[in-house]
Amino acid sequence: MYMLLYAISMLLFGSISPISQDCDNTLSGTVIDLHDSSVLSGALLIVAGTEQAVQTDVDGNYTITGLCDGTYSIQVSHPYCLTQGYTVKVSGNTSKIFRLEHHLEELNEVTIKGETYQREAKTIFKNKISTEKLEDFSNGSLGDALNSLSGVSSLNTGNAVVKPMVHGLHSSRVVIVNNGVRMEDQEWGAEHAPNIDVNSVGNLTLIKGAGALQYGGGAVGGVIVADALKVPVKDSLYGKTLWNLASNGRGSSVTSQLTKSYQNGWYATAQGTVKRYGDFETPDYVLSNTGIFERSASLHFGLNRFKYGLEGYYSFFKNEIGILRASHLGGASDQLAAINSNRPLVIEDFTYDIAEPRQDVTHHLARLKIFSRFEGLGKLSLQYDFQRNNRLEYDIRVGDDADKASIDLELDTHTVLLDLDSDLTEKINLKTGVMARYQTNFADPTTGIRRLIPDYDKYDLGGYAVADYDLNENLLIEIGGRFDYTYMDAFKFYRTSTWESRNYDELYPDIIVEETGNQILTNPQLSFYNASATAAATYAFDDEYKIFFNYSLASRAPNPSELFSEGLHHSASRIEMGDLGFKSEIAHKGAMTFERQNPIFSFSINPFINSINDFIVIEPTSIEQTIRGNFQVWEYRQTDALLLGFDLDASYAFTENLRLDHQFSFVKGYDQSREEPLISMPPVNTKNSVVYQNPKINNLQLALQSEFVFRQNEFPNNNFEVYIPQTETNEIVDVSTSPDAYHVLNFNSSVDFNITQKSQLTVGFKVTNLLDNSYRNYLNRLRYYADELGRNYLLNLKLNY
Amino acid sequence: MKKIKLLTALLVAGTLFVSCSDDDDNTPEIVNEEELITTVTVTLAPEGNGDDITLQLQDLDGDGSDKPVYTVSGSLAANMVYDGSIVLWNETESPAENITEEVEEEGDEHQFFYSVGTGLDLTTEYADLDEDGNPIGIEFTVTTGEASTGTLTFTLRHEPSKPNDGSLADAGGETDVEASFDIEIE
Repeated sequence: MYMLLYAISMLLFGSISPISQDCDNTLSGTVIDLHDSSVLSGALLIVAGTEQAVQTDVDGNYTITGLCDGTYSIQVSHPYCLTQGYTVKVSGNTSKIFRLEHHLEELNEVTIKGETYQREAKTIFKNKISTEKLEDFSNGSLGDALNSLSGVSSLNTGNAVVKPMVHGLHSSRVVIVNNGVRMEDQEWGAEHAPNIDVNSVGNLTLIKGAGALQYGGGAVGGVIVADALKVPVKDSLYGKTLWNLASNGRGSSVTSQLTKSYQNGWYATAQGTVKRYGDFETPDYVLSNTGIFERSASLHFGLNRFKYGLEGYYSFFKNEIGILRASHLGGASDQLAAINSNRPLVIEDFTYDIAEPRQDVTHHLARLKIFSRFEGLGKLSLQYDFQRNNRLEYDIRVGDDADKASIDLELDTHTVLLDLDSDLTEKINLKTGVMARYQTNFADPTTGIRRLIPDYDKYDLGGYAVADYDLNENLLIEIGGRFDYTYMDAFKFYRTSTWESRNYDELYPDIIVEETGNQILTNPQLSFYNASATAAATYAFDDEYKIFFNYSLASRAPNPSELFSEGLHHSASRIEMGDLGFKSEIAHKGAMTFERQNPIFSFSINPFINSINDFIVIEPTSIEQTIRGNFQVWEYRQTDALLLGFDLDASYAFTENLRLDHQFSFVKGYDQSREEPLISMPPVNTKNSVVYQNPKINNLQLALQSEFVFRQNEFPNNNFEVYIPQTETNEIVDVSTSPDAYHVLNFNSSVDFNITQKSQLTVGFKVTNLLDNSYRNYLNRLRYYADELGRNYLLNLKLNY
Repeated sequence: MKKIKLLTALLVAGTLFVSCSDDDDNTPEIVNEEELITTVTVTLAPEGNGDDITLQLQDLDGDGSDKPVYTVSGSLAANMVYDGSIVLWNETESPAENITEEVEEEGDEHQFFYSVGTGLDLTTEYADLDEDGNPIGIEFTVTTGEASTGTLTFTLRHEPSKPNDGSLADAGGETDVEASFDIEIE
């Protein structure tokens, strides 16, 4: 009631007479370097018209008290910066970050304005996950963290393989950028999780569109940017350690990080994580063979000067994941038995052992970047990165081969990027760059199993230009284009029978290298030319309302699995067929976001429409008899797809301490040629939470979250009939019908303790699936075989030092 | 100017780093699947007089597009006992590899099941045992009844629960072989 009266009085008198109000507002915030966001201590802030002058503390924080509602002029100065005047609108307790032009003495005549360090497009509404929120997912995966955002779902294979899905699209359509490096980790498979430790990420940004043209044009679904935290330019040593303990999976994770920085700009951060879980459990049974053992480490170092600098980053990630034993099946009749049983067909006692079927993935990423600013030209940076991804998939095998991997792929990628960021005028910023990439995939023949993905070499060349224009204070326009050339040189063995049945012998007789027994070695050489573009605008009505318009054109070359798949994919117990004749996918996406940022009631609404020509989809086409029984054949095909929907985020503060958060996501996807729904589209879902936060009681935080996922009513009918000899009947294998709607409650709490002046301990307690509900999730590929996880108690301790 | 030199040096180093890609033209090695079962041969030898009956399923391209080929050498005689044995081959290798040996070695992890179609009048019985005393089913006997026709299905399961009641439903596990033959008893 008080708030309402206050709001009304604000409206009535706010602009007329500031004298009638309480003058006990505070203005607080930080003063930071415009270029690298390092904090500026000892900056002097003078409030014009009053006698007030305050200085920022060592962390760059300031607080000015006794202000009335109204507009103030504030002058901010720092010994090494150009003194600047700002006008600030104070309304209640207000926070404001001042960005100063640092190192001005080195600049001579060049003045660079704007947030030149911000790399992503400014005209697209972005969802950010801060370090604090990421720490909540310390024991989970990157996919789990992203799943907390509206518009993001996850495509799961069990609970450990979590793949982010943005506005209904996933895998090679979602580009993941890890510390400035585009992840190249055989992202094509639905059962391949991104190889990033969530603990090595400082900030996670999601761009629901093809916005970040710097990183490539294939982002039909969106771009996920994971960045390390900025290190301040000062002498300092700090770090943190997080320890998690979970009842479900009976496991733990430990992550530790230490940063050393110097006044002269040098810095280094080392970080490491170990995660170990045994079999997870549903309310009723153990999910046998779902353990996980993850180890990762990263080292980040560099020199951060205004005129020049360098940055080095290396990360190592190794993950062993057990795949639900009950999901490993022979043929269609096994699948029928598994689907018809409401419990997994294999349930064993809890164990930490990870047996077959399992995945063992190792990813190395190394990056070296140097940059220098040139007068009249801008900031020029050169980056080289190398990635090595080794993916081993172990199936249940017999005899001498029992311990051998079924899939052993090694993917090496070298990339060189040259970028130039320049200010053409005070209002126009232009970013341009070129990229060259070489990638080679080696499929080890000693597995004794025909290669799922063939050996190939891939060459990419790309160039882009993005310009933004600050038309006035309220309107920003951005326009960009990119062109990519891809050349793929593969060596692929086809079965002679398949080669002929697909008519390849007439279509591609020239690519045959040799014929041996019942296999043909071919050398497909494919070229793709892809154009991408973006046009966008942001308009800020006042301090609170903003509107974003974005159109993006993205084109994606087909990936090796879409082109070359041919044969039995054991983990999916189906035969998969690619097509050598595929063209690039071309997507036109239009999105709009209307946003209000307000301490009491803020919201954003984000409708989108994505029309994709030659969308590559995999779907069942027939049943094939083999000696192992009948298998369903899934073929990739190209169609025209239309995806549309909206995301809604809202937050309402009842009082200063109590808040209600709301999220709603709605996606529909249609195959326009077949006039039927697209497979694996996220069901409508909503998340609502009540959050209580009190900074006075050790920053106590209590949150109760309700997650409701509706049933997916729109799915294509991919059911098939299979003859069961034992009963001499034809039975329908129902692989299409979606599971029922479900509701899950989660509880989260945390409290901070100051141990010494410089170290702080945060104790968190969390319960997921509080009511221990049994449910299945449409987007989990293992939903046919088992329920989702039951109740999980999690304890986490964080020590900042 | 020292910085510019450093920058140039790094630039050159970066370029060198990338240009050293391997340009070997070696074609990849062919993979002939070792565990692939292309052929199932069931031999039914009548106890006493008569010719062996062979039931064969052959699928030389594995999970390729060609359909498996079923052949049955003849019909069974009524009211007769046959000694049965199963041999699994991988004929993509030369010489062809006998996979039955692996199944036998890992007898505790494998079992053949015989499903008799409703019209067919015959019974089956296991004639071999694994190290734990449970049947494997490579060796078995078939006792025929009156003249009839129907399907006889041989299913090899990997990691079934053992012991079991001899039915597929009770055994679980994963199917390695499934071969259904049309049988006639005269």
